[in-house]
Amino acid sequence: MYATRTRNARPEPFTVHVGIAERLGLAHMDWPLTIAAVSLIAFSVFTLGQATQSDVPGDPNYFLERQAIYALLGIVGMVVLTRIDYSRFRELRVGIYTFLCASVSLVFVFGFAARGSRRSFELPFFSFQPSELGKLLLVLALAGFVIDGARRGSEVQRTVRYLCLGLAPAALVFLQPDLGTSLVYVVATLAVMYFGGVPWTHFAVIGGALVALIALVLVVAPAVGTPILKGYQEERLTSFLDPHEHEAGAGYQQNQSVIATGAGQLTGRGDKATQTRLDFVPERHTDFIFAVIGERYGFMGAALVLSLYALLFWRALRITTLSKNSYGTLVAGGIAVALLFQTFVNVGMNLGIMPITGIPLPLMSYGGSSVVATFLAIGVLQSINVQAHLSQKGRFAW
Amino acid sequence: MYLRNDSRPQGSRLSLRVAVIGGIGVVLFAVLFFRLWNLQVLSGDEYLAEAQNNRTREFKQIAPRGDILDRNGEVLVDNRTSLALQLNTSKLPEDPAEERAELARLGELSHMSLRKVRRTIKEGEEVAAGAPVTLRRDVGFELIAYIEENQEEFPGVSVQRVFVRHYPDGTRAAHVVGSVGEISEEELKEPEYRGLEPGDEVGKGGAEYTYDKFLRGDPGYTRIQVNALGQPTPGGQLVSQAPTPGNNLKLTIDGNVQAAGEGGLGARGLPGAFISMNIDNGEILAMGSNPTYDPTDLIEPTQAEVDALYRDPVLAPLVDRATESAYPTGSIFKIITALAALENGVITPDTVVQDNGMIEVGTQEFENAGGVAHGAVELRRALQVSSDVYFYLLGLDMWETNELQEWAHKLGIGQPSGLDLPEEGETLLPSKAWRNQLYKEGNTDRPWSAGDNVQLATGQGDLQTNPLQMALAYAALGNGGKIPTPHVALEVEDAAGRVLKEFEFGPQRKFHIDPANRTAILEGLHAAAQEGDGTAAGVFGGFPIPIAGKTGTAQRPGHADQSWFAALSPYPNPRIVTIATVEEGGFGAESAAPVVLDILEAIYDKQASAISSAGGAE
Repeated sequence: MYATRTRNARPEPFTVHVGIAERLGLAHMDWPLTIAAVSLIAFSVFTLGQATQSDVPGDPNYFLERQAIYALLGIVGMVVLTRIDYSRFRELRVGIYTFLCASVSLVFVFGFAARGSRRSFELPFFSFQPSELGKLLLVLALAGFVIDGARRGSEVQRTVRYLCLGLAPAALVFLQPDLGTSLVYVVATLAVMYFGGVPWTHFAVIGGALVALIALVLVVAPAVGTPILKGYQEERLTSFLDPHEHEAGAGYQQNQSVIATGAGQLTGRGDKATQTRLDFVPERHTDFIFAVIGERYGFMGAALVLSLYALLFWRALRITTLSKNSYGTLVAGGIAVALLFQTFVNVGMNLGIMPITGIPLPLMSYGGSSVVATFLAIGVLQSINVQAHLSQKGRFAW
Repeated sequence: MYLRNDSRPQGSRLSLRVAVIGGIGVVLFAVLFFRLWNLQVLSGDEYLAEAQNNRTREFKQIAPRGDILDRNGEVLVDNRTSLALQLNTSKLPEDPAEERAELARLGELSHMSLRKVRRTIKEGEEVAAGAPVTLRRDVGFELIAYIEENQEEFPGVSVQRVFVRHYPDGTRAAHVVGSVGEISEEELKEPEYRGLEPGDEVGKGGAEYTYDKFLRGDPGYTRIQVNALGQPTPGGQLVSQAPTPGNNLKLTIDGNVQAAGEGGLGARGLPGAFISMNIDNGEILAMGSNPTYDPTDLIEPTQAEVDALYRDPVLAPLVDRATESAYPTGSIFKIITALAALENGVITPDTVVQDNGMIEVGTQEFENAGGVAHGAVELRRALQVSSDVYFYLLGLDMWETNELQEWAHKLGIGQPSGLDLPEEGETLLPSKAWRNQLYKEGNTDRPWSAGDNVQLATGQGDLQTNPLQMALAYAALGNGGKIPTPHVALEVEDAAGRVLKEFEFGPQRKFHIDPANRTAILEGLHAAAQEGDGTAAGVFGGFPIPIAGKTGTAQRPGHADQSWFAALSPYPNPRIVTIATVEEGGFGAESAAPVVLDILEAIYDKQASAISSAGGAE
């Protein structure tokens, strides 16, 4: 924005002076969004560096180094996407959608099984989890389908079509099994439909169906002997309602996480943060990293992180209103809601008010797929922002 | 429908939808902030306490039990340190085959089967989950060295110093000091064991049991920082509180007297028992039973030791025959008959009875031992030569009254003795009421008869008592009507020898005995022990200390005659009662009296001993 102002301050009617920021496509970036994202990943790398010193014997910086590399990759990806007109993705929607479904399906064939579920490909450098990138791909493709199909069929037909398109990859991910990520797919699908103007009444019906489905999955199906969720999934989902009853099982992790966070008090325990340093909190570098922040840096650190997420969400939502076209609005809305959902569910899980669903905290949890995919999504948001500014100026990016 | 992609979406419909999502976002973030504030700022203290509690584990350090000393400070029981093989099960290999291999190898090295190793681990885990399990105590240095040199082959195995009870003199006073063992589930529920945990060692018998709370000590704790698996983290020792050793218990037992009694009784080679007690305060100077055992054998008994200790009902080495037996006593009972008759005015000390060697009661004939006729005897003479007929007649005179039983009861026969050790057997003082009740219930063929009382008068018939009870009866005779509380505990001392507690055991009851009657009986006993043709004069005639004593030869159904001897010393103002009995030992003077002589020699040989000097042996 200030770049724009700078240029206006020195009008050159005949020669357009293209600055370095302009060349890199950074001129019309949403800087608060960038700052929030980069601050979060920096906080993540810093926290991992402090909290996982003794996790990998002989390599105290194992997680720190890898997360830093993922962060760099992600930032590069974000900058690249910033300079691309996101509108091209609308034209590629069928290809993107096909790639999405293929990649989450191929995991079943070539996937690397971790703890009983096949979610990722084992690559030489890191294990690639297609369902993470799939969140972005789903939003990009589905938004395209929504725009494209806006004039075809009745409203009900359209709603059913969008739902089917969105729920198919969600079902594939659910079968991996990865309950958490499939829930993100569902939420992203609903968000794109929501911003695409699907009538409120339809959402009311969908909501009612969801309630019925939950009742079916958690109550009816086990009662008639054909459980849909695996035992650990159901226990995770319901144990947060009474963590003390499940102290030794699924509730144990959550209980320990709550103790850790609470123990951080106002200013945190720093290196005295025994709860998260001594293995009481499981998966502390991924799903429960917020508890680590809570214990080490206290309310001040945790509130700062939450504020950065609030900033991220606000800027993403703001971009939905700036977009030069409806496709941008739908994409930005899907990404914004998906980020909000993931943040709330993960932090809520760390604080003991949401069930354990295995959703990573965007830009904070350790993991290349999640970090890179989230940066790419933010890159798309930046692209929408840049395009909006350029279209107002009557100019297009290179 | 507002969607037209070629233009920017406009209008209130999008604005409304964005606003709704924004509102939801605000609410969700508010929930998170509120929850975070609640957890960390409002109730952070509680969680901090919980977290601190979470990361530490206490490892108990066993306190060594106090020593048990004799009255001269000689050690009867102390501890030795032993090297124990311990296993931290969480460090065992995860692979079941590897785990099996390691356990099998450990078992082989420590002479245990794989099954026993697994059972020991399982039992240990039940007692204290997470704590290292003791596989075997007293492992040899070679094994320790081998395991330490090959540490990588034995993950989780460590060597720990533990305390094991040690008995320097083996069997010395075994029945008195008792044994220790792991606390039982029932004991854990009892208030006197509050604060103890499964696996703790407590006294199981003897003084170890009664005075457990003094001997036990307080365990120490090492608080160690642990991770979620309960494994100590490097350098994570937080607090360490050294264990407080138990206090020492000083017994009234005099080791030398005890040794003399055990030696004398052991030399007989027959089952039996002895007791030597201060008649004024009830302090037991020596008490023993034969056959005896080495309490060491109870710590980790081999099968052969188990068989020897528990499976022999005849020898029954664990039974304390001084307190748990039930014998007829023969003639040493006569002092009770004499007291009952004198105090009830049935006779006077000078009443003369014609002893023709036998009497007839109804159809039954009762005769003196060997059928000897003692002629005209009064009380002193009757005691000196042990005239049965004299006492038969007293029994006959009192058969319909309860006078004999009343006095026997007063003197402690057939009653709990008040001893401070848990081992005490059932005894029986036969009486009219007892037998008639049995008869009424159809458990015997006849009611109480004169013959029953005639038999009781000489310590025969249905009488079932033990050396301890007889010692109390003789003590009351000796001190003029006071039943002391027999006990073995003298005082509690700390490790430096400072006295922390002196035990006071007052008399249990007092009653009046006419001094003239007492003197007459003691004269008769003195004559029996040391004068002329007294029944034990052959044994004690040359003993320099004057004593009053009585032989007993008890007919015990199914056994040869049982030898008894009871002595009050020194005469005429006795301080100590000493009683011995030898099963199938024949006449009283034959085997029991020599055991008493051995004990008395040990007592009066040691002039420095507080008891003997106070007893006026000079």
